[in-house]
Amino acid sequence: MYEHLETAANPAGLKRVAVDPVSRVEGHGKVTLLLDDQNQVQQARLHIVEFRGFEKFIQGRPYWELPVLVQRLCGICPVSHHLAAAKAIDQLVGIDPADLPAAADKLRRLLHFGQVLQSHALHFFYLSSPDLLFGFDSEIGQRSVVAVLADHPEIGLQGVKLRKYGQEVIRMVSGKRVHGTGAIPGGMNKALSREERDYLLQDIGQIVDWAKAAVALVKHLHNANRPFNDQFATIRSNYLGLVNADGALELYHGGIRAKNADGTTLFDHYDYCDYQDLIREEVRSWTYMKFPYLTALGKADGWYRVGPLARVNNCDFIDTPLAEVARVEFKQQLADPALVHSTLAFHWARMIELLHCAERIEQLLADPNLLSSDLVAQGSKRYQGIGVIEAPRGTLFHHYQIDDNDIVTKANLIVSTTSNNTGMNESVRQVAAEYLSGRELTEPLLNQLEVAIRAYDPCLSCATHAVGKMPLQVELVDAAGRVVDRLIRHSNGEFARGDAV
Amino acid sequence: MSPKIKIATTSLAGCFGCHMSFLDIDERITALAEVVEFDRSPLTDIEHCGPCDIGLIEGGVCNSENVHVLREFRKNCKVLVAVGACAINGGLPALRNFVSVEACLLEAYRDGIGVDNPQIPSDPELPLLLDKVHPIHEIVKVDYFMPGCPPSADVFWTFLSALIEGREPSLPYELVHYD
Ligand code: SF4
Repeated sequence: MYEHLETAANPAGLKRVAVDPVSRVEGHGKVTLLLDDQNQVQQARLHIVEFRGFEKFIQGRPYWELPVLVQRLCGICPVSHHLAAAKAIDQLVGIDPADLPAAADKLRRLLHFGQVLQSHALHFFYLSSPDLLFGFDSEIGQRSVVAVLADHPEIGLQGVKLRKYGQEVIRMVSGKRVHGTGAIPGGMNKALSREERDYLLQDIGQIVDWAKAAVALVKHLHNANRPFNDQFATIRSNYLGLVNADGALELYHGGIRAKNADGTTLFDHYDYCDYQDLIREEVRSWTYMKFPYLTALGKADGWYRVGPLARVNNCDFIDTPLAEVARVEFKQQLADPALVHSTLAFHWARMIELLHCAERIEQLLADPNLLSSDLVAQGSKRYQGIGVIEAPRGTLFHHYQIDDNDIVTKANLIVSTTSNNTGMNESVRQVAAEYLSGRELTEPLLNQLEVAIRAYDPCLSCATHAVGKMPLQVELVDAAGRVVDRLIRHSNGEFARGDAV
Repeated sequence: MSPKIKIATTSLAGCFGCHMSFLDIDERITALAEVVEFDRSPLTDIEHCGPCDIGLIEGGVCNSENVHVLREFRKNCKVLVAVGACAINGGLPALRNFVSVEACLLEAYRDGIGVDNPQIPSDPELPLLLDKVHPIHEIVKVDYFMPGCPPSADVFWTFLSALIEGREPSLPYELVHYD
């Protein structure tokens, strides 16, 4: 693959190119390249430049604050953090997933399907659709959801309303669209009323139809430019995620399954409470994001990808009819040979999951038990809780230890984007090596680095990438630190080549 | 037609929830886009904040890059708004002010569960962390504070409508909350 481009053998004397969109925008991440005299890429790195220190500063807090504290990690998928923490604190009060009252389990799933639906709609329609509808090298002014709404009003509005529906599901269950409170230790804090259920029922038929249309759209867009879309930023990797006991796609609760790039199952239905035996995280000096890997395979071969592509690759089937049809077609068209490795296929897999969420919401709303007020179970105290969930961007691990006074003494969080760290870096290196190396800097090329990262829907630096397109300034600096070339994308969409200094 | 009002937005040390809540205006985004043009924002490709009418800042200040971006916004925006708890008082990320940055770094990169190759990332590519997370008014002058974690979509809508129409914004009691 492209590991040889992680660190240049002899960095002295190489030109540094910084694609520094994210840190200039939000302070979260950037890409740097080192080039030799022939503009051959010798090193390419995606750096995550943000650090917040959650694992330390939540120590000393009482455990029941966790679901509302840690959801502030991310305003895009707060519900996933809320629920992963909730699953962990269930264990602290002695409740395992099977002991949770049925209605509480259903309400949490409803909340989570609403979350994944809105996040997937946000990512595809608000963020990535401009690239896919207008082309990677389209005019800058076109690359925003506002332009999609202007030029493709029907598609744009469906995207806005899909996201809105997911947010409304979240509001009905947890009281607020962003950072509500739903889960408590051992259950849920409020029953869903008949009026709230009926309010959500009104539109669900339409939502399922639009989700179906979204799958058709992404399929059309992917197929319109093959084989390019199959190859772009594509890497062969291991895949990891939760699956249901029967092998079905699972977003809320299951065992861990991993497959290697050939499609061979590495392990299956692994109890996530033993994740410490499975995964270790390596620190590297040049980024705040760690590099997780499967201990059994070692650092070099044990890295894996998570998220929609991993989940759709890993599952045996999807237990809702429309999404299953879409999955079968996806595999038939793209599998190479057993699994789909195309990085841009993340988008297609994401829309299949969006459809699955819509279908599952429809099923849950039809379930009379959903309105039950039997919502909390009690058990006896334990000192350690581990909660794992499939967040929109992939498997999310929360692990807490508490003392006699119920105070948190240790915390470990492996967020989804971290698991994709090596994958994103590999994709960046692939694009740098295959599409950039040896050429002159151009804007479309820079946007291609962003397109590769954006396919993963990354979530810490994410937030930045996640909500959109990044302003760009690329500088070519020679070994003495002088800027020899500068490319700037202006607000009017024009590109200018700055004078060499 | 009068020129469009220019709005820039950014997220410093925040969670993006305030931006999400802004997007929760849903379909009203089309109506907004008729009178407003987005300058630098995660929603556009604009790289540096140009002269703007309104700047919305989410998040507090936790590293040198945040300071830089915040000053750029202040310089360019006629009206600067602290959006949400993090911008107003540091919010949840400011919980780290009770411990040292060093302790946070050691926990994540040396003493954490399952950590390999322990070391504190130190590359020159990484911006300098500040020892505390600061509210934005400690660094620049702020014109308005929009409370909430996050402020609701209706707060954004009410507030921006007033500013766009040239009225002094005021929030009805039901919309104000400090969560
Ligand atoms: S105020 Fe709340 S919603 Fe806004 S950035 Fe801070 S934590 Fe997120």
